[in-house]
Amino acid sequence: MTRHRVDVLVVGGGAAGMAAAASAAREGAKTVLVEEGSCLGGVLDQCIHPGFGLHRYREELTGPEFAHRMLGELRGVEVWTESSVLEVKPDRPLAKTVGAAGWVEVEAKALVWAAGARERPLGALRIPGTRPAGIYVAGLAQRMVNIHGLLPGRRALVLGSGDIGLIMARRLHLEGMDVVAVAEIRPHPGGLLRNVVQCLEDFGIPLLLSHTAVEIHGQGRLSGVTLAQVDGAGAVRPETARLVEVDTLIVSVGLIPEVEPVSSASGDLSMGGISTSSRLQNRTPWLFAAGNCLAPFDLVDTVAALGERAGAAAARFARGELRPAPTVSLRRGDGVAVLVPAAVVPGEPAILYLRAARPMDEARVSVGTDGVGRTVRGVRPAEMIEVRLSAEETEAVARLQEATVEVIPLR
Amino acid sequence: MIGAGVVGALVAREISRYEGEVFLLEREPDVGWGVTKANSAIVHAGFHEELGTLSGRLCVEGNALFSSVCRELEVPFERIGGYVLALSEDDRATLHGLHAQGTELGVPGLRLLGREETRSCLPHVNPAVEGSLWAPSVGITEPWALAVAGAENAVANGAVLRLAEEVHGLIAKGGRVCAVKTCRATYEVDAVVNAGGLQADAIAALAGLRSPGLVPRRGEYLLLVDVPSALRSSVLFPVPTPQSKGILVVPTVDGGLLLGPTATDLRPEERSSTQTTARGLAQVVEGAQRLIPDLPLGKAVKAFAGLRPEPADGGFWVGRTEVRGFYQAAGMRSPGLTAAPAIARWLAGQIVADLGLVPRPTFNPLRSAIRRAAELAPEEWDALIARDPRYGRMVCRCNRVTEGEIVEAIRRGACTLDGVKFRTRAGFGRCQGGTCTDRILSLLAREQGARPEAITLHGPGSPVVAGSVR
Repeated sequence: MTRHRVDVLVVGGGAAGMAAAASAAREGAKTVLVEEGSCLGGVLDQCIHPGFGLHRYREELTGPEFAHRMLGELRGVEVWTESSVLEVKPDRPLAKTVGAAGWVEVEAKALVWAAGARERPLGALRIPGTRPAGIYVAGLAQRMVNIHGLLPGRRALVLGSGDIGLIMARRLHLEGMDVVAVAEIRPHPGGLLRNVVQCLEDFGIPLLLSHTAVEIHGQGRLSGVTLAQVDGAGAVRPETARLVEVDTLIVSVGLIPEVEPVSSASGDLSMGGISTSSRLQNRTPWLFAAGNCLAPFDLVDTVAALGERAGAAAARFARGELRPAPTVSLRRGDGVAVLVPAAVVPGEPAILYLRAARPMDEARVSVGTDGVGRTVRGVRPAEMIEVRLSAEETEAVARLQEATVEVIPLR
Repeated sequence: MIGAGVVGALVAREISRYEGEVFLLEREPDVGWGVTKANSAIVHAGFHEELGTLSGRLCVEGNALFSSVCRELEVPFERIGGYVLALSEDDRATLHGLHAQGTELGVPGLRLLGREETRSCLPHVNPAVEGSLWAPSVGITEPWALAVAGAENAVANGAVLRLAEEVHGLIAKGGRVCAVKTCRATYEVDAVVNAGGLQADAIAALAGLRSPGLVPRRGEYLLLVDVPSALRSSVLFPVPTPQSKGILVVPTVDGGLLLGPTATDLRPEERSSTQTTARGLAQVVEGAQRLIPDLPLGKAVKAFAGLRPEPADGGFWVGRTEVRGFYQAAGMRSPGLTAAPAIARWLAGQIVADLGLVPRPTFNPLRSAIRRAAELAPEEWDALIARDPRYGRMVCRCNRVTEGEIVEAIRRGACTLDGVKFRTRAGFGRCQGGTCTDRILSLLAREQGARPEAITLHGPGSPVVAGSVR
């Protein structure tokens, strides 16, 4: 049993964590990066398709290539792989970790939580039927195929049109599986438009909107799934039910921020992920967060940028240079499904990340009531809206107790 | 012993206290995969049972034995107590009846609570609550873990466990059972115990007994995880109906919250129909919300169903039968799990007396569980990792299960994903295996020297993968 003292402890070795650790170290902080897997990269390692890095590196990379670039930027950081954080004390940045090297307590001055997200399991949907083999969340199927070289089955249905589901529909098709369709309960796709085009349309895989699974069949191995249409209110239309014979069901029905070991320190989790201010700092001042543990983001480039900011802020906090500042809370209003961060610091620039609740041709994003906001075109729930507020704009919001963020359609 | 569920395993263990050869036969690929695998996992107090019934006596006795059995076998057991909630004036009258019945049966510590006292103990329950019956001896356990532990201890004391071996016939000579024929072998025996769960009536028929029949009764459940600890203080029961104990809210020993079960009687040929139904799951939610209106249903991670055998004549079938050498531990309706330790002791007593068995001097009642690294003190965990670094490698993040535990479970006989899951809790948590299934698959293949496509979820016909890419 050992105790370790550092300035900044970063938890999670994916894009957010690597970026956070690199930037904390650049700021001169003694930094440890803890990762549960046997190597860094997180989910990037299994994403062998291209489409990464267009913003950060101005070229199109695969996931492992992106991770490799980031690895090259990771100087002056002590990396512990095959190590897990069991618990973070609610009252100080003390983390209990365990790994193949033993049980270690890490006493830090600041902590960056960058543990990513997990996939929502099929069981959460309460779909009736049997519980056979052959049902996998999309990320698990992706590891089976891309990391282990294993084929999950012969004939697949994909439930949910999130990006991982779309990517896996194409991947399984390319590996010779018969991908019969992607079913999406909402009337619009869950993933990026480019993925709908490049992963489904280019390969003739049907996208069934307003469809959901209503029964699972099969004893040993999955034998089929009953699909049905849902109406505008989300209710199943039983007369449309039909059996789709498949031996594999790929489930891509949402990501849930991974926050449990730090939940007693982070307080309010009502938004799903860790709540932070625009500094990526929690109400517990030594706790910073970045990446998909805030909310699921679309692009790894965004996640890496968040990590960089969180790591630098944590390093400044560790040095005692990040002065406490009052914040104004942001509240999710009409038309907003996801909102990060949960508060802004008046007088400091801020970046808001929003996900609209429904598609809109043209909309007004308003922050508070003081005319702060933007007009945006082609709003899609699958694509996050980024709103950069200037110091003057956050100052304007400061006159409010709480600012409501809305996405209102314009005619 | 025919059937290695919790009852069969515990009976085998009791008999292994004596000199003699014990064979424990199970048709499934693992121990405890029938009725034992999917039930409410409650150790009942006994107040639900009618006076003068065998099930009432064995339930109260079994409840009392649970602490020592689970201590010896290192099986999770927590006596967290339970409340029966009265939601109407009529319900209150029923509570008085249960209180009187339970007290007469010898259930310890029963107490009737008024409206105010109930609300102060249970601020989260339905505000319409009129009162409650508190039963401190109600407990929660892991039935499958008890079956595994009982079987392991029986084997350590000389019993032989034969998995995936189905009984095809019983041979009698002169009105006495003398041999058991299975799909693989014939065993010459002096005594046969029918602990065949949902197949017990078919086994009884093989012995030539006219059994009253078993009705498969399906119970559907919903499992929630990461719920506020206030919701996990005790078991909550509604006032029972003549047919069943109703839909309960049951904390699980690994930190979850179980809602259910429904009670749907199926036809005899449906005794493997463990699917859930839209109607059943709606009933579960509705029933559980009557007890706790603000249930965090967003924390649901799994819906499942189990079957329990309802004997058509209403009671347990336990003990000697009219066929000499043929004993039963069957018809295990609720509270079969609770009664199991008492049934095992009582039935073993009969067999030992009939066969004139003598105590085995080397019998060791103790069995060590797989070390749960995450439950160790930091210095113990650290020392364990120093001896074996695999106990520092986290495989299941949700329930904190290390590679060391998974390898140990495989060494002890887990040969499927479910076998690993039920022994270690890897895959039982909030991500339901989304994070760890591929690693457990790799560990199973590595430890067994098998190809990944040979690994199954729960036995033949349930392969996890189809093969390799290209």
